[in-house]
Order: sequence, then structure tokens, then C-alpha cells
Amino acid sequence: MSEELNAKGYEIPPEMRNMVAVTTLDKLYNWGRRYSAWPMMFGLACCAIEMIATAASRFDLSRFGMEIMRPSPRQADVMLVSGTVTKKMVPQIVRLYNQMPEPKYVIAMGACASGGGPFKEGYNVVSGIDKFLPVDVYIPGCPPTPQALLYGLMKLQEMMEKQSIKTVRWYQKEDLPAIPVPILGPDLIDPRDFPEFQVKLAQAADQAQVEE
Amino acid sequence: MADTTLIAENDILARFPEGVSQDERKGYQGYIVAADRLVEFATALRDEFGYDYLSSVTGVDYLPEGKMEVVYHAYKSTGGGALVFKVQVPREDAVVPSLVGVYKGADFQEREAWDLLGIRFEGHPNLKRILMWEGFAGHPLRKDWKEAYFEEEKKPFDSRWPGGDVYRAEDKNPFGKNVVYPEKFDPEKWTPVGEEGFYGGLRGFDAGDGDEDLKTEQVVVNLGPQHPSTHGVFRMVVSLEGETVVRLEPVMGYLHRNHEKIGERNTYLMNIPFTDRLDYLASMSNNWGYVQAVEKLLGDKAKVPERAEYLRVIMAEFTRIVNHVFAIGTLLNDLGAFFTPMLYALEERELILDIFEAVAGSRMMCNYFRFGGVARDLPPGVYEKMRDLVFERLPRKIDELDRYLTENEIVRARCEGVGVLTPEEAIAYSAAGPVLRASGVPYDVRRADPYGIYDRFDFDVAVRYHGDVYDRYLVRLDEIRQSIRILQQALDDLPEGEIISGKPKYSIRVPAGEAYGRVEGPKGELGFYIVSDGSANPWRYHVRAPSFINLTALGKMCEGDKVADAIIILGSIDIVLGETDR
Repeated sequence: MSEELNAKGYEIPPEMRNMVAVTTLDKLYNWGRRYSAWPMMFGLACCAIEMIATAASRFDLSRFGMEIMRPSPRQADVMLVSGTVTKKMVPQIVRLYNQMPEPKYVIAMGACASGGGPFKEGYNVVSGIDKFLPVDVYIPGCPPTPQALLYGLMKLQEMMEKQSIKTVRWYQKEDLPAIPVPILGPDLIDPRDFPEFQVKLAQAADQAQVEE
Repeated sequence: MADTTLIAENDILARFPEGVSQDERKGYQGYIVAADRLVEFATALRDEFGYDYLSSVTGVDYLPEGKMEVVYHAYKSTGGGALVFKVQVPREDAVVPSLVGVYKGADFQEREAWDLLGIRFEGHPNLKRILMWEGFAGHPLRKDWKEAYFEEEKKPFDSRWPGGDVYRAEDKNPFGKNVVYPEKFDPEKWTPVGEEGFYGGLRGFDAGDGDEDLKTEQVVVNLGPQHPSTHGVFRMVVSLEGETVVRLEPVMGYLHRNHEKIGERNTYLMNIPFTDRLDYLASMSNNWGYVQAVEKLLGDKAKVPERAEYLRVIMAEFTRIVNHVFAIGTLLNDLGAFFTPMLYALEERELILDIFEAVAGSRMMCNYFRFGGVARDLPPGVYEKMRDLVFERLPRKIDELDRYLTENEIVRARCEGVGVLTPEEAIAYSAAGPVLRASGVPYDVRRADPYGIYDRFDFDVAVRYHGDVYDRYLVRLDEIRQSIRILQQALDDLPEGEIISGKPKYSIRVPAGEAYGRVEGPKGELGFYIVSDGSANPWRYHVRAPSFINLTALGKMCEGDKVADAIIILGSIDIVLGETDR
């Protein structure tokens, strides 16, 4: 263990090995985080079933320190968006993300969460959760096999390893703004569109005229 | 239930000399009923002709004729074929009398038809949107309604890279995403509708009886859509008095993926992988239902070879086992035995999924059935693996599950007598599958209206008589055993030969007409209603989803039970959101 933690360039005397490690705060901190990333117990669609299969005995998520799935966002570190994100559901997903404490990560599992997938053209489908949340790892597949999900989680661990307390967005001086929760109007309304809304609406009207 | 003094079916026209006529369009069947005679007709159908089970209600938008048609499929709960009746109303003013008073199972289906097609059902007690949200603009399944990413009427589309430049649907939309708003819409001046009215309706009941000192207030509790025990993104709004459920309203649509709208644009073949994603625990059964409906339209052109018939039964029964062990696992999860029984269930599931993966190429989304056969033959070694599972391992493991769970004191204490549905209610609410059979109605499509080669196998229809959560669990256990029985016979008899008739084709032309194909899926009667106009794409494509319709009875089952029981009652219905919301 201490071998893994030890920073390069420090000679540890043989009798102290496996007991003492000279390391950086970043490394220690990331090492702790990467082996205890708790996913949120949150399934959307078909991919959720493969997520359950991954958590079960054959694939065993707990080998990565992730077996503790938390139904409450307040206790979770990783949001696995496992399935099609619909317009009706996305306000809740954004709210759940806002409720998660930092550091927090988002994995888009499967084609739907990554970009709409086979249902992209549907009127009630959001073409990818990255339209609203910052996604860290995309896992392709429809649904991704448990092996693919595990690989995605390992990629996330690699990513955690490379982060530094100095630069990650949640340890900066200013507060991280919450993501505005979309509103269900005549269609899904993203409050971030408000400033340019009328301009874009006019554009859409023009386009419709041209097509006619 | 069945009455001895029933009138024969061919007397329908004699019984209704006015207002009812035979549907004479080519390829269509059934009766066309005048809107003002509908309730009278349906009542007679139920009480005098014995068609007490209303399976499916849906609408069809005949845009060129300017008509909106509502199609009903009714069955006898004692078995037999469908009686189809239709109501035609003008498109612009589509008002049809509601049948909720006659068949309670029409409730959610009529709401769905209102939501997606804009057919107003007069006299419906609670005609609100069900899959989309209140305030959504338009009725999306109408043929003249276009979504934001609309490209062309029919697939396959033209080239997506005309002149070598690829584009995505987002690039063409000014908002850069899948949205479209009414003209002159101002979000800052707009006020939301829906949610407040929703809760207001629930608050309406006050049990205070005028006594100011004893005034008790009902509490409205929201379960879901993000909840570990709602099996996905399902929401229940419960009004409670103390801990007792006074009223429960299911709210769905959080996974409404526009299956039907997309399906009406796809070619017939393209729809098969989409059906996989309906009930994603039982993709093989879904394939079968859809393929069966299209084969009915194709007629003799799609005769299924012997070997393919057997392979279909084998896959469908394996799917049933997968689904039922999973259902039992999640039910135990909901009971509080978190994940341990699930691990046992998933172990068996993985072994069966290995077979699916070897045969179809995918664990969950098998996309295995084709019109007139199946896609691939068994690879070497799989037959032996299946034999080993079916004859050796599964019977043993199911007994093990039985031994661990059935007599468990906590399971019995929590499940017995909870969420009771009487046989009369089960039929009235159009409940299907294990929910119906646990209430003492031995109705199984495989027996009542046999399809494929199910008439050749020796099996019993699992039935229990208490109609509670415990019996629903037992019915599933029984059904696994019966599935193993069928599998043993099918594997013994599996003949050699072709697996598909004719050459596999990408685009098929289906004769004009309508067809309703139904199979006994693990969740209940899974039906596909298809209207073809003779082109390469279906004109109407509707799924009769058992998970969705079984939920109609959820409110009734939960009334008077504790809120903790609502969770297990939902677990015992065994819903899959992909199918509920489509």
C-alpha cells in the first residue's frame, strides 16, 4: 500500500518500507477518493439492469470500492446516468445532481445518456445528459455490458487520480453555481436560454417558413 | 364472470339493428359502433355476450380521411379470440364516450389516447395527461404533429451527409437541442400548470367530519420518481391518514421514449430492436408479440419453419424464467431483504443470459426474431448448455429459492393478505399475467388463445386464489416450474431444419389492413396493434403494455393498506418502466 502511495524520488529505508510513505497531499487524497467512490442508486432505463448485474456477484462492483450504492444524493459521489433521459425526468436529475456534495462525478452510461441513442428523435427525449450536466466518462453501448461499465469506472478512477486540489473546480474561491433546473412548459425550457430566447424563437419561425 | 345465458357472437348485428355495422374495409375486422351507442353496446357485450375482459383501447389517426378512430379489443375471460369494435369520430372534434364505467381497465388507456392523440373521452372521471406533462403543447401521435428533430415522414432517410458534409439534428435547430415552442412564447411571462392542480385534487378529501377538535389532516407523500423501490422512474402520490393509504395515484411518463411515434416512422424490420427496449428484462417475448402481429398481416408469406417455432418457444420460456427470478429478487429487495435474494436470482439470470449472448449476440437486447423465423441458429455447444440448465441446474435452484423464501416467516407476514384483488376486480381492471392469475382467473394467452406451437406442450396454467402479494409471488414460482417443463419438452423435440422461411429481407411490404398480435409475456398479455397502409412503414403501431395496464388496479389494491405495503404491492405487480411508459 505504501508503495503505491509513495511519491517518486524519495528513498525509504528498507526497514521502514510498508510502514512509511512520503507523498503529496494530492496523492493521498486522490488515493482515498478513488477507492471509495459511492455511486448513487439511481436507475433510469435498460442500462440500470446492467448496472444491477454489475453490482451482483459475477462482476462485483465492490472490488473497486463502489459497492455502497446510496439512494440519497447527499451521500453519493458518482451519478451513473443509466438510461434514456427524458424531458419529464431531467428536472429531477438536475435537482439530484445539485444535491450531491462535491467532489461529484457524472458517468453517462449507454448510448441514450451519452447522446440520445436510438430514441434521440423522440419528442420527449433529451439528446444526452451532457446538455445539462458536466459528464466525466461516457460509456458506449446499448446497453453497455457490465465489463464496459467496469472499464468506465476504472477510467473514472484514473481521472480522479490525476486531479489536483489546487485546480479542481469545487475547491476554487468562488462558490460553484448550481445548475438551473429546467422547467416543463409547452416544451422543456432551460433557464440558461432566457437571454437569447426570443432571438432563437424568431430564428426557428424563419426556418419553418423557409421549409414551407 | 362467465354466464350461461350468453348470446352467440353472430347475433351482435341482430341485437343492435341500428348504430352498429360490420367493418367492411379490406383487411379489417370487427364492428363499427356509433359514438352515441357505444356505452350501451359495451354494456351488452360485457353482460350479454360474455366479453368481460377489455384488453386494449387505442386510437388511430386516419389523417387523409379526416377521421379519428378508437379501437377496442375485448375478450372472454374464459378464452377465445378477440371481438374488435371501433368508434369513428371527426378528427377536429374527437369526442368519444368513456368506457370507464363499463370496463375499469379502460381508465389509463383512455388517458393515454387523450394525451397522445387528443381524443377526448366524455365522462372519464380523471381525464388528464398521463405520459407527457400537463401543459405540453400538442398531441404528439397525431399525424400532423411534428417534433423538433423532425426530418422526414418515413425511414430510411435521405443521406445525412449530402455533398460530403455530415450534419446532426441539433445543428438544424436554433436552440441546439430537441425543443420546439409555440410561436410568440415568452418563458418569463409563462406560469406553470399541472402540479398544483394535481395535489389540490388529492387534498380534496377531509376526514374531519366537522368536529374541529378531532380534525385530522391527510398528508400527501410523494414516492419517486427517484426512489430505490419504484423499479425505475415511477412515481406514486399517496394521501395518507396516519400510515394508512387513503388514495394512491400513479404518475408515469418519466421514461416515455416515444416508442410509438418512432415506430410509425421506422420500417417494419427496424422496429424489432426497438421492441427489445420495451420490457428490457424480457426482450425475446417482446420480439415475439411484434413479429406475430406483422406475420398475421403477411399471411402465408411468412410461414414459420418447425425449428424456428421451437427456438421461439425455448427463448420465450427462458425469458420468462429470467423475468420471474428477477421479479422475485426485487420483491424481496422491497421487503427489506436487501440484495441477498437478488444475488441468488441474478446468478441464474446470468447463466441464461450467456445463452442469449451466444445465440443472439447480446445479453439483454436480443433482436432475435424475424418475420417468418428467427435470426440465427444455435451455435455449437449451446444446445448442450441449455439441456444442462433445464434438466439439471434450474429445477434444483428453483427449489432452493422456494425453500429459502416461501415459508419464511417475515415474507409470509408481510405478504399474506396484502394488496388483495378479487377475481371480479382483476377482470374489470384488465389486469393480466401473474396479477390476474393470482386472483384466481386461470387466463393465460398460451392456453386461452394459443399461438406458435404452445398447443403441443403439456403444461399447467399457474393459478392461485387469494389475490394477494404472496399469491403473486407463488404464481411466479409456479410459472418458472411450468416454463422448465415446457423447455424440457421443447429441447427434447427440437427438430433440425430451416430457421427462417424465404430470404431475409431488409424492407418488406405488408398488405394493407390491421392486426393485433398478442403473446403471454412474463408480465402479462403483451399486444401489438398494427395498421398497415400497404407501404414499407406501419401507419399505426401501438403496444398494449401489460405493466402499464396492470397499474390501473394499483390504487385499488393499496387502498386501506399501510404505506410500507404500497411498495411491496408495486413490487408484486412487477412493472418495467420501459414498457409502462414506452
